[in-house]
Amino acid sequence: MAERPHNRTGEPAYRRARVRRGRADDLGVRRAVSGRMLLALVGAMAFLAALAMAGLAGASALAGHWRAAGDELTVQVPDPAMLGRVMAALLAAPGVVEARAVDPAALEAALEPWLGAGAGRVGLALPAVVAVRLAPGTSAEALAAAVPGASVEAHEPWLRRLAALLWRLEASAAAVVGVVGLVAAAVVAVATRAGLALRREAIEIVHGLGATDGFIAGRFARRAGRLAGWGGLLGVLGAAPVLAGLVATGFELAPGRDMAEAAARAVPPALWAGFAAVPVAAGMIGWGTAQVTVRRWLRRLP
Amino acid sequence: MLELDEVGLRYGGGDVLRGVSFQVPEGEFRWLVGPSGAGKTSLLRVLHLAVRPSSGRMVMLGEAIGPRSGSRGRLALLRRQIGMVFQEFRLLPHLDAFDNVALPLRLAGRPEGQVRVDVMELLAWVGLSRKVRRLPAELSGGEQQRVAIARAVVGRPSLLLADEPTGNLDDVQAERLMLLFQEMNRLGATVVVATHNQGLVERHPAHTLALRDGVLVRDG
Repeated sequence: MAERPHNRTGEPAYRRARVRRGRADDLGVRRAVSGRMLLALVGAMAFLAALAMAGLAGASALAGHWRAAGDELTVQVPDPAMLGRVMAALLAAPGVVEARAVDPAALEAALEPWLGAGAGRVGLALPAVVAVRLAPGTSAEALAAAVPGASVEAHEPWLRRLAALLWRLEASAAAVVGVVGLVAAAVVAVATRAGLALRREAIEIVHGLGATDGFIAGRFARRAGRLAGWGGLLGVLGAAPVLAGLVATGFELAPGRDMAEAAARAVPPALWAGFAAVPVAAGMIGWGTAQVTVRRWLRRLP
Repeated sequence: MLELDEVGLRYGGGDVLRGVSFQVPEGEFRWLVGPSGAGKTSLLRVLHLAVRPSSGRMVMLGEAIGPRSGSRGRLALLRRQIGMVFQEFRLLPHLDAFDNVALPLRLAGRPEGQVRVDVMELLAWVGLSRKVRRLPAELSGGEQQRVAIARAVVGRPSLLLADEPTGNLDDVQAERLMLLFQEMNRLGATVVVATHNQGLVERHPAHTLALRDGVLVRDG
């Protein structure tokens, strides 16, 4: 057996060498695939994806809310003295699930931004308003015939246009998430190709020693997947304060409430799951893209 | 058994090998000689499966290989049975001597304990047991050549190929290398050594393959 050089602690020199350089990076992939560049670019993509997902979730929530409002309508009674008769007629009409007279004070408060405070006191005649919820499929026109003298305002026509707008917003947000994923894959592919070019000779050597395509691709994929995963995490963390600000504005958080708690309540659970999935998805995109890129590149070797 | 049948190789628009046919029974030794540009390195690259032949067919270690036959996975496994000493060493510059020599064993999935024993034994044999931590750039040309030789034989290959293996060695090291090749031969490995060193061939007479302009002109 050959003499084995030892260090001061008695550890064989070759073991020190192993600890220092490690065999997990036989191909020198750590230096070949730039960590900072990939982290920064995938992080930026994940940031955009998180914002787009939040937009998608917000649009979906609004769409659901307004779709539910499609079965509601408002009946305006010009002479508040007729409110009792109108209410009786509404409650007797087929398809009416609920009819609720809107409190005049609440009506004044709702109109205050446009009419100023105390609109009723200055002689402006306000109609009585009844909020009606219909069974699905009930016609607003049929209801109008049941309450002569009252004006029936169906929400459905403008809700339909609003729903179309929201659907486009949802589709756009989903498209942004998809495009961001594709761009992230392209970034990983470019970084991997640059790494392959840098390590071309090393790859040819290990290929000649019997390394399979899977071994070589696995070395690059592990590095790219890890970097992309970390980039995804950084992107989501970077998006968190921006989203918290949006949530605070969008949901008109009451002053004095704890911001984080309120934001946590406002964000749907599916969106939290989506945020958690971003680093995982980024890692998988990085791993898969590197696998495909390296295996294609290796086709030039026999 | 190594068998080539009308093997040709086109490279850069020209034929670097044409109609090369020969057989090497298992466990035999062959010198591969010829002037510069005769096609020795190209033939070794074909035998090392670094390139597929453009025409013809060959049988290596029981596997038929042609321009399109032989799966990539199967070729990778075959390469693990082939040791190659390159003229220009081809060591991985970021790995030290130990890890360079260990690479074929690790690729073959040998246990790390066995890897350490085999690698240290080989590095001691080539006189580098005190330089296991040195990177290739920290070694002389001759030392790098010895690391490359250790890497080629550490996996006890069935086929050992060498391209000008003594080019950077002194006479003593060259003779030690010939002893190693003979020992590998004795253990059953087929050995093909390409050289310009006529003196070495005369000191160790053996069956010789001679190439000229990509054509095999002598087999005997």
